[in-house]
Amino acid sequence: MNHIVNDMVVRFANVNGTGSASANNLFAKAVFRMGIPVSPKNIFPSNIQGLPTWFEIRINDKGYLGRRDGIDLLVAVNPQSFDKDVKSVRSGGYLVYDSTKKLHAEQIREDINYIGIPMMRLCMEHYQNPRQQQLFKNIVYVGALATLLDMEIEVIENMIKEQFKNKQKLIPSNIQALELGINYVKEHYELLPYRLERRDMVGDHILIEGNAATALGCVYGGATVAAWYPITPSTSVALSFDKFAHQLRMDSDTNKKKFAIVQAEDELAAIGMVIGASWNGARAFTSTSGPGVSLMNEFIGLAYYAEIPVVLINVQRGGPSTGMPTRTQQADVLSSAYASHGDTKHVLLFPSTPAECFELTADAFDLADRLQTPIIVMSDLDLGMNVHMSPPLKWDDNRKYDLGKVLNRQELDELEHFGRYRDVDNDGIGYRTVPGTHPKKGSFFTRGTSRDEDAKYTEDGDTYVRVVNRILKKWDTAKDLVPGPEFSSKNDHPNGIIYFGTTNYAAMEAVELLEAKGIKVDAMRIKAFPFNQEVEDFINQHERLFVIEQNRDAQMRAVFMNELDTNPQKLVPILNYDGMPITANNIFNQISQLIPVSV
Amino acid sequence: MSYIRPVFRHPELAKNAIGYSRKDYEGAISTLCAGCGHDSISGAIVQACYEMSIEPHKIAKVSGIGCSSKTPTYFLGNSHGFNSVHGRMPSVTTGAYMANRDLKYIGISGDGDTASIGMGQFVHAIRRNLNMMYIVMNNGCYGLTKGQESATADKGSLTKSGSETKYPGIDLVGLALELNATFVARSFSGDKTQLIPLIKAAMSHPGFALLDVLSPCVTFNNNKGSTKSYTYIRDYIEATGTVDFVPKEEEITVEYEEGKSTSVQLHDGSTIKLSKLNPNWNPTDKLSAFNRVQEAKMKGEVLTGLIYIDPESQDLHDVMGTVQTPLNTLREDQLNPGMEALERINQSFR
Repeated sequence: MNHIVNDMVVRFANVNGTGSASANNLFAKAVFRMGIPVSPKNIFPSNIQGLPTWFEIRINDKGYLGRRDGIDLLVAVNPQSFDKDVKSVRSGGYLVYDSTKKLHAEQIREDINYIGIPMMRLCMEHYQNPRQQQLFKNIVYVGALATLLDMEIEVIENMIKEQFKNKQKLIPSNIQALELGINYVKEHYELLPYRLERRDMVGDHILIEGNAATALGCVYGGATVAAWYPITPSTSVALSFDKFAHQLRMDSDTNKKKFAIVQAEDELAAIGMVIGASWNGARAFTSTSGPGVSLMNEFIGLAYYAEIPVVLINVQRGGPSTGMPTRTQQADVLSSAYASHGDTKHVLLFPSTPAECFELTADAFDLADRLQTPIIVMSDLDLGMNVHMSPPLKWDDNRKYDLGKVLNRQELDELEHFGRYRDVDNDGIGYRTVPGTHPKKGSFFTRGTSRDEDAKYTEDGDTYVRVVNRILKKWDTAKDLVPGPEFSSKNDHPNGIIYFGTTNYAAMEAVELLEAKGIKVDAMRIKAFPFNQEVEDFINQHERLFVIEQNRDAQMRAVFMNELDTNPQKLVPILNYDGMPITANNIFNQISQLIPVSV
Repeated sequence: MSYIRPVFRHPELAKNAIGYSRKDYEGAISTLCAGCGHDSISGAIVQACYEMSIEPHKIAKVSGIGCSSKTPTYFLGNSHGFNSVHGRMPSVTTGAYMANRDLKYIGISGDGDTASIGMGQFVHAIRRNLNMMYIVMNNGCYGLTKGQESATADKGSLTKSGSETKYPGIDLVGLALELNATFVARSFSGDKTQLIPLIKAAMSHPGFALLDVLSPCVTFNNNKGSTKSYTYIRDYIEATGTVDFVPKEEEITVEYEEGKSTSVQLHDGSTIKLSKLNPNWNPTDKLSAFNRVQEAKMKGEVLTGLIYIDPESQDLHDVMGTVQTPLNTLREDQLNPGMEALERINQSFR
């Protein structure tokens, strides 16, 4: 029998709040430590305890990290979702279940393989405490699964020892649970045709949640003030910032904090605090999700018009309204790009890996200070809350923060006339001063009302037009400051695909699936809005462009139509908006139906 | 416009202890209605800051939206100002204070800006004991949109058009006490002798200092039957006592009658000296403050003066455990942990 090595989708069906998450992560990370690329996704409910939750791991030693359709192996331990879970296994696949209780006839499918492990019975026999019985059930199935797939058990054992290095007495009971699963499988089953074999495909990569990397980007980018309001899926950005700042930002002499975090009363207050702090010369950020951005709109307009740096992390989730708070989408492109009333547009950055979450977030602080405007980092639930295999985070120790045009006391002394909104350098960006700098010079009044170049209130129409046109000039300056696109394939094919953020993983795999069928496409990943000339050129140079995005209304396509001089018919939307990350097959199917195979 | 200021200034204007003249604390000419109470408050702020010898650039002015929130243009022209969005001045000030603990913050709001649209942020700034002076220029109406009643208008009070306010007014002083505010005072724009020392005390207080200043709207709420008119307030005003603010360096020279005075020492060494109208009155006793406020309310009095002060008020930065150095002065050498630390973090994710 042919073995399928290092290429599978494993899904765990659990009950929320039963300790399954750490067991599932243990399994995923063990695969990663065997040098095999993994991509775990937590598919969880908006609930703390009791509702069904799934954990899906794609394992693929070619390095495809996007979601793939079809579940090869399902560990089904949730009675509530069991019947549905049984149906989700692909034909020929395997179902691992708790055989303490017998299956009903209608739960038996002829086309899949059943592997019963009496998880509960084993735990009842070996552990007294009911909570332990429940928790160790998870470790039992990890042991069973690892054995069925012929994994290196010592990798898992070492991880358990690491995990409990400060609670040594928990190690033996965990190892025992692992062995219960291992031994049961050895006594009752053969190895599966699916195997996990050590590879060297992971290199120096790390396995990290996007939100943790974003938080580190805030630490390294020099944020000293964070204001936030709890909201899924962005909460862990603020919590991770708190954790890392406590590790990395305590003053060694006084043990005091070189940072301030305020859990605000709502998102309006959170961004208000960021604006106040930035106005006062500190680097500040807030993290939120779509509903929070909706609430922040008025303040975003103020920061845009009064020209105050803001770093806003938007970890997108399924909208509109409360929507699908625990599912992923890229549905805030329009509402972020044009947030607030009046003529406004905002710089957006689109990370697609945790390494980019780190990098682009740190860059966002420089961009905000340089451009004196809000910068919105557009992450999403999939990127933020799942661990991803990512290149390691890097920082150049010679890098200096770009604080932009801020006048100090000496510069003010030498200046004949200070006008906050004068375009001295002809790049649309004025010089600002921070309160407290100079006793007699450089003070000005910041306001959301119309004002002239010297920050004096005016309702004069000509002055207003001059000022808003000058702010638009800043937008042109921004085009060359934001990161340009990335081309994974640029060979003058007539068709191109455009993607951004987390569709990255599936899009790159889809390009290869298409190529295998003789359909050649060029590919461009957008990393920022506004679009620079390279983006425009790529669009102009192709006859047809498939714009891949995770929302219903093809929002990025709408931004292209709005911002560029492009025939909308050239731009074909390729969409997925069911709240799950798009799969390569989905992209392949949609595109291949539209392009005749040319081989 | 309420007044026209002469351009000519005497070259030998009096200077304060740090060499600034009063004009260094003035702002642009007011565009509010002639006789507006708010202009008197602006004047009192100028006088207080001048007399306290605070460097103008060490003060930041933050406001929301409305007639009241326009006033920061009319005082402290050498200080940075920020006219933010409606009801959100407290959050902007919170962020500003997080960034720089060394400045003094004057927040200006109105009764609409505080008691309606901004109630949420007002309440939470008190809860955090944010180190700022929060002045509510309270006239019981929306002036800038031409006289709609506000949430602080008293039940039964008549508007200019003669309609009666149907709902009870929100008493910001009572609310602040309930929320554990550490400095609660009320005054009247027409009583500078009381207002100026209260401003000084509020600016010296290391925490949230609420100054609810009744400030009649001459255009829309100064009519007969209004409880926020000059006439009504003058008829019903009741002071807890007179207040003297004595800076650290100066000796207390005013003589007070035995048993009728009390003094409160502030953290910076300055003193608030109060002469009490009622010998049982104690401004550091919360219960006494609650009772006095309720009593005045029942009698229909407009109770003014320093109503409550917590001399143990703790600065928000100290509560949070942040460094003494203002955060906005820290640069990469103090903020960036560097690649070596990052590599250790990378390793923890392998």
